[in-house]
Amino acid sequence: MPATTDIPSLARLIEPGMQIALPVDYAGVSMAMTHALITHGAGNLDLVCVPTGGLQADMLIGAGLVRSVETSAMTLGEAGGAPCFNRAVKEGGIVLKDATCPAIHAGLTAAQKGAPFSAMRGLIGTDVLRHRPDWRVIDNPFGAGGDPVVLIPAIQPDVAIFHATMADRAGNVWIGRRRELATMAYAARRTIVTVERVVEDDLFETETMAAGTLPALYVDAIGIAPNGAWPYGLWGGYPADTAELSRYAAAARTTEGFAAYLADTGAAAS
Amino acid sequence: MTPSSPRETLITTIAGLLDGVRHVAVGASSPIPAAGAMLLRAMSEVAGAPPVRISILGSVRHNFFTNGSVELFDCAGQGRIDAFFLSGGQIDGQGNVNLVGVGDYPQTKVRWPGSFGAAYLYFVVPRVILFREDHTPRIFVDKVDFISAPGTSPEGVYRSGGPYALLTGLGLFDFDAARPGFRLRSIHPGHDLTEITDATGFAFAHDAAPAATPPPDAATLALLRGRVLDELSETYPDFAAQLQRETSEDA
Repeated sequence: MPATTDIPSLARLIEPGMQIALPVDYAGVSMAMTHALITHGAGNLDLVCVPTGGLQADMLIGAGLVRSVETSAMTLGEAGGAPCFNRAVKEGGIVLKDATCPAIHAGLTAAQKGAPFSAMRGLIGTDVLRHRPDWRVIDNPFGAGGDPVVLIPAIQPDVAIFHATMADRAGNVWIGRRRELATMAYAARRTIVTVERVVEDDLFETETMAAGTLPALYVDAIGIAPNGAWPYGLWGGYPADTAELSRYAAAARTTEGFAAYLADTGAAAS
Repeated sequence: MTPSSPRETLITTIAGLLDGVRHVAVGASSPIPAAGAMLLRAMSEVAGAPPVRISILGSVRHNFFTNGSVELFDCAGQGRIDAFFLSGGQIDGQGNVNLVGVGDYPQTKVRWPGSFGAAYLYFVVPRVILFREDHTPRIFVDKVDFISAPGTSPEGVYRSGGPYALLTGLGLFDFDAARPGFRLRSIHPGHDLTEITDATGFAFAHDAAPAATPPPDAATLALLRGRVLDELSETYPDFAAQLQRETSEDA
């Protein structure tokens, strides 16, 4: 395996203009990477939220590093809307690629299989579809005529970034039943993972653990970041810090407030 | 026992709308629909009816999916989910739902989170219940600014699901896909037709004197305030506490 890498060095793997896949708020968000990415400063990023985005994407947008966002939704959950995202939408500061959850999964799954596209039901007659010139509608070629279906092109992100409970010394990562993390890693050219800890046990030693393990084959770099999803929670680990999420939501309502929040928590993180 | 609260009537109404379903999915931040589903599950058990499965999305404990967040959609696509709840920033008289924003896309004046899975689930879940507690002409508009999910589809488009009913804090509507449009089924206690007409930006069908939404009977209320409240407080502790306060003896 890759030996573990320090977080700032992981962030330096990101180059301007890359397409980056980030997981939904409950699946294991590497918030530990957020400040490092902002400090590193590679911009013009195209984000793919799998399948929705929240605090991490909002902070990257607020920091001016994002060119486009493909997502099914952007929200801070109970803490409300994503303030920097909402501001960028109003100002026309980012390119929006509104999607629907299964379409993002469909695009990633196509890339996972090395196929050019996936076909899916739904979407016909929506403004989501109308605003996606990169999607196509064809008649089901196996049908008796008619029966339109939507084709979603493969999404092959340059890098997938997520946080998980543990990795072993060989670089295998335990993702439990959060299979979207595997989908992201299968689809992406490179995958960067932060973990709570590295364990001495081989994750393939028992079938129980192996079933929830993403093989090192798909993992390019690992960093250790205890409490690395904070203020998000980590499944089977710790709950979300809802007070902190609300604090962010209130602070980031203005660009000044966002900058102050960043300076404040950035100092705490480094 | 104190009389039922408006929210208890909503929860009971939802349980009624779900009657007969085998599997219902509920969003992580939807305590009233979750309570309705839990009430139905409890009532089915008491009646010896087939068990009801509830998937609460985003919950670790009440979510039995093991294939990541895609499994809900795969499950729905195969017809394994009978009912789901959708809300909307705007909902129009044709049953179209807008979860994206107000004004011209993409630079909308107001931006909401986004369409989530609605652009798919509305097509493939047979009983989609539109639920929004607030009932104002800003929400219930003549025509949505953005169609996240259409109420109906032209012939030839695969559509095994769609809107089944619309429940708000004022009343309950059925959806008629043939027209298409809503028909007011009943008005909740304490409200009247004029109030609903004034608060609704689209035209809807109704009887001259619409029925009143029935409040829960004593047995249902006992179940709701006992077992369902206990189950609810595991996943939605704040909401359960609030519900209990609304109906406590000294309220």
